[in-house]
Amino acid sequence: MVDLLIIAISSALVSNVVLSQFLGICSFVGVSKKVSTSAGMGGAVIFVITIASIVASLIYEFVLAPLGLDWLNTIVFILVIAALVQIVEMFLKKCMVSLYNALGVYLPLITTNCAVLGVALNNVQYEYNFIQSVVNGVGTAVGYTISIVLLAGIREHMEGNDIPYNFQGSPIVLVTAGLMAIAFFGFSGLQLG
Amino acid sequence: MNKYVERIYNGVWKENPSFVQMLGLCPTLAVTTSATNGVGMGLSTTAVLVAANFLVSALRNVIPEKLRLPGEIVVVASLVTIVDMLMEGFTPDLYSALGIYIPLIVVNCIILGRAEAYAMKNPPLISAFDGIGMGLGFTVALIFIGGIRELLGAGTIFGITVTPASYTPISIFILAPGAFFVLSILTALQNKLKAPSATNGSAKKKKKSGCSGDCMSCPSHNA
Repeated sequence: MVDLLIIAISSALVSNVVLSQFLGICSFVGVSKKVSTSAGMGGAVIFVITIASIVASLIYEFVLAPLGLDWLNTIVFILVIAALVQIVEMFLKKCMVSLYNALGVYLPLITTNCAVLGVALNNVQYEYNFIQSVVNGVGTAVGYTISIVLLAGIREHMEGNDIPYNFQGSPIVLVTAGLMAIAFFGFSGLQLG
Repeated sequence: MNKYVERIYNGVWKENPSFVQMLGLCPTLAVTTSATNGVGMGLSTTAVLVAANFLVSALRNVIPEKLRLPGEIVVVASLVTIVDMLMEGFTPDLYSALGIYIPLIVVNCIILGRAEAYAMKNPPLISAFDGIGMGLGFTVALIFIGGIRELLGAGTIFGITVTPASYTPISIFILAPGAFFVLSILTALQNKLKAPSATNGSAKKKKKSGCSGDCMSCPSHNA
């Protein structure tokens, strides 16, 4: 139980997926103009990463590893993720309309979010078992949501500020992200376990 | 200008994937802790890019329209797996330094973006040259960013000490926050020099299909 908690905290905060592993930077910079949209994106990422890490870890444990096909990881995982996002989108559209309306526009964007593939590959690399993989997936996704919502909050506050011309647009967002990365660096001092 | 040379010029300078189009930000920030890593990542991405452009272009009349994206993904993922194995075998040091970012070349927007935007519409040979140009442009950008970070953060370039002994390296530049700061300063310089860049909206707009790769002008950017 304790080791699961350690995995969750370290994937969400200490080695934050965006601010220290640089995965999912595109959507981090792209979809963080408003808190509401970034929260929507975060919700969709939590949803997809959780399902993707469940499916990827099952496929790895019961198909790829027993057959000695683990060199096929990359190909299989990216196809599974792409197919999964499509299936999830169709399922939500048919069966859970309210959730689809909330997450709909963000789902297709997630296929190209490298955080999803990154989690699946990390799970294999760290030799996590099924439960650890799922916990790592959820933790990573929560970490992504925390950082994108925080960035969106800061950007909303900066809206009326008088930013020097040269820094308008993405430069100021990158500076903000850098300062957030410094703040998150503090978590690496946590004594875990 | 010879049309093949023009493709390379286009990739390295006119439409540089990192600075002008702002594509593939994840590896640009993640592996540029040193110039050497930049070279490794840049060249392995170039290899995948050239081969993917060539194959996608050669197969462009065979792949059915509806299976276009899955087909491209399979081609790219297979090539990345090959590069991954070759690097594990021949350059084990670089392989462990780049780690998870080698398999993640699959989701690098530059590769799918070029396959979609160029290789799908042009014959194989010129597509391969387009891949060389874009790949070299990416490599140059990674070496540039990696060089700055290494110089400021460790006082070395390609592992050779160049700063005087009295210089204390600003180690934050080889840590995660430094990546954001260096890229931020470089994009601000682009704004200052009014260089074409996706960030200030002066770069040419690309046709959007799936992930156009252009994250900064992605429809969701303005959502």
